[in-house]
Amino acid sequence: MHKYALAGASLVLIASATPGAANQDVLQQSAKPEQWVLQTGDYANQRYSKLDQINRDNVKNLKVAWTFSTGVLRGHEGSPLVVGNIMYVHTPFPNIVYALDLNEEGKILWKYEPKQDPSVIPVMCCDTVYRGLAYADGTVYHHQADTTLVALDAKTGKEKWKVVNGDPKKGETNTATVLPVKDKIIVGISGAEFGVRGHVTAYDAATGRRAWRAYTLGPDSEILFDPDKTMSLGKPVGKDSSLKSWTGEQWKIGGGTAWGWFSYDPETNLFFYGTANPSTWNPVQRAGPDGKPIDQKWTMAIIARDADTGMAKWAYQMTPFDEWDYDGVNEMILADITVAGQRRKALVHFDRNGLGYTLDRTTGELLVAGKFDPTVNWTSGVVMDKSSPQYGRPQVVKEYSTFQTGQDKNTKGVCPAALGTKDQQPAAFSPRTNLFYVPTNHVCMDYEPFRVSYTAGQPYVGATLSMFPAPGSHGGMGNFIAWDAGQGKIAWSKPEKFSVWSGALATAGGLVFYGTLEGYLKAVDEKDGRELFKFKTPSGIIGNVMTYSHNGKQHVAVLSGVGGWAGIGLAAGLTNPTDGLGAVGGYAGLRDYTALGGALTVFTLP
Amino acid sequence: MGLLVKRAGFALASVAAIGLLSNLPAGGQAAKKEKDGKWETADGTPTYNIGSDGTVDWYTFSGFRRYHSECHTCHGPDGEGSTYAPGLIESMKTQSYADFMLVVASGREVIRADKQSKMPALGDNANVMCYIDDIYVYLKARADGVLPRGRPAKREEKPAAAEKHEKACFGEK
Repeated sequence: MHKYALAGASLVLIASATPGAANQDVLQQSAKPEQWVLQTGDYANQRYSKLDQINRDNVKNLKVAWTFSTGVLRGHEGSPLVVGNIMYVHTPFPNIVYALDLNEEGKILWKYEPKQDPSVIPVMCCDTVYRGLAYADGTVYHHQADTTLVALDAKTGKEKWKVVNGDPKKGETNTATVLPVKDKIIVGISGAEFGVRGHVTAYDAATGRRAWRAYTLGPDSEILFDPDKTMSLGKPVGKDSSLKSWTGEQWKIGGGTAWGWFSYDPETNLFFYGTANPSTWNPVQRAGPDGKPIDQKWTMAIIARDADTGMAKWAYQMTPFDEWDYDGVNEMILADITVAGQRRKALVHFDRNGLGYTLDRTTGELLVAGKFDPTVNWTSGVVMDKSSPQYGRPQVVKEYSTFQTGQDKNTKGVCPAALGTKDQQPAAFSPRTNLFYVPTNHVCMDYEPFRVSYTAGQPYVGATLSMFPAPGSHGGMGNFIAWDAGQGKIAWSKPEKFSVWSGALATAGGLVFYGTLEGYLKAVDEKDGRELFKFKTPSGIIGNVMTYSHNGKQHVAVLSGVGGWAGIGLAAGLTNPTDGLGAVGGYAGLRDYTALGGALTVFTLP
Repeated sequence: MGLLVKRAGFALASVAAIGLLSNLPAGGQAAKKEKDGKWETADGTPTYNIGSDGTVDWYTFSGFRRYHSECHTCHGPDGEGSTYAPGLIESMKTQSYADFMLVVASGREVIRADKQSKMPALGDNANVMCYIDDIYVYLKARADGVLPRGRPAKREEKPAAAEKHEKACFGEK
């Protein structure tokens, strides 16, 4: 309780120390534990709720209160929002929005269904997922697959304005939620598998007018990096930090999209996000003019930018010269934790590359980088010695370097697989335990790069890969773990049959919730991961668990609807090449457990 | 068997050879011939060749690679389908080479109340179209049940003709 009170107090301090800053409405609304107004729960992305009515003792009694079919079959990521007495539910393409009346067991108050060109469907790599709405100032912000950003009146569902952020004909699409901050809405873009040049863009929250755009790659004036003031690993980035790290004009189709989550720190007015892989997946085609690896900045990076201007304060590239498709887009969780005996304003990030990073969120200083799955083998670790020329860089293990093995050759047994030790499914942080609760994949791969040519709006991949459960382990394809970000150590790990592709929720009831690909909603003890409750929902869960309170009763809600990248790779089951030619069957196929269908399940105590 | 089929191919068209082939276990298609490492049926449709030790011809292997770069992000690993797009094993049992080419090049759309799916037109995608026969024979081998899931363990070397075709297709010298 002591820690909990402290966390509450500091939140109030942050809000009152910067009057007029941040989005006051988002801060105030997200501080009410009975609501859920951003996908990430709050600006800090902690996914922690102060609600404690459902706790370790009574969670076993949890019952379904009501359900809702979305009418859409594709993969359902993200979660509903709750603002006052209204729940807002989104769907994947065609991106329907429902406003449901909590006072009348989910009666539909309004429904918004945009008209979108179906040609956007196949340019969305890996299913037409959508990670959901955001609420601010009486407005629901909806970012469609075809990159149309719409402001909807929260009461009526009427359009206030809309604006188009990208061009699906070039492979630009949207899957991410947006960040309402101050008077702006900050949005990202998808499409690194189509050679899209990634960017984040801010629109005026009241009118939809574009305020600024910051590319991931290109000239300083377009990436909004100041050569002298933007810092990386304690040093100014210098002139042309991106251009210098590419061969010729490859950066123009270089990927580095921003399709993950945003977090925001009102104290420094910085927002944080990660950038995706460089295009193509064939590293040989991206080598430097001398034929050696070249960084390809600022793909695979954590970037901190000023929310007003978009100017970068600091950046840290996690996987320079990617050779495995380890996008850096996963969520940045802001938490004040103890690192090496010191209280730090930390940013914690669980990367696709299998490393859990802890940085100082104000300066970008790298504090901890540790493997959050023991099978991670592509790197021997990150150099932490500040005097080393390799400071901050992961050391690549030759055997697992798809670049060193070479084009048209198969690099075997790389862990993790391209879907990462963790993909977008967000982790949660509990200030009660100071632990991070992380849904993970436990999958490895063979990877063979080869030459491809670029055609606008067509896939630009250039590698064949086969995935299989991490060898020599428990045989499952996932784990749900607790992570100590101060020490870079796994506190406990709970094996799962399939990748855990659902966002976690931690609560003041001492519980952590997550969903599984077979469709179970599970509640475990924050201390040791002991399973206290499970219920099989209508379809596999790739959505994120949320909680709210209505008429004094705490509810837990989650979207089912299998799909996404997990559904593509795992539906038919994986093969393990080490089992011999084409052996299948030892590894479960998801299609033996669940089928398509979007449904919301809401739980409460009887 | 590979050698036998090859010889039969060169001997060409002989009824005896066809008779011989039809007695072979799964893996051989009736009456096919080989030119520069590429196999085709009597009517000129590209096809696969799999030796008794599981060695696949280059084009089938190449099809495996290209499929898992260009197609599997929708149609799933090994043509098995996904939650996103249908499997191809069943449809390739009956789909003709001409229909296959048409759907890949021009795309296909199903827009109903309960289902919105769209196969993109890949006609101007060199990474697909330069290897379209390769992808076809790979999927045909999967559909015919003669090629197990996963990466083919053994393959023939890349023929000079494949190298030449690739360069010409990408407009290189």
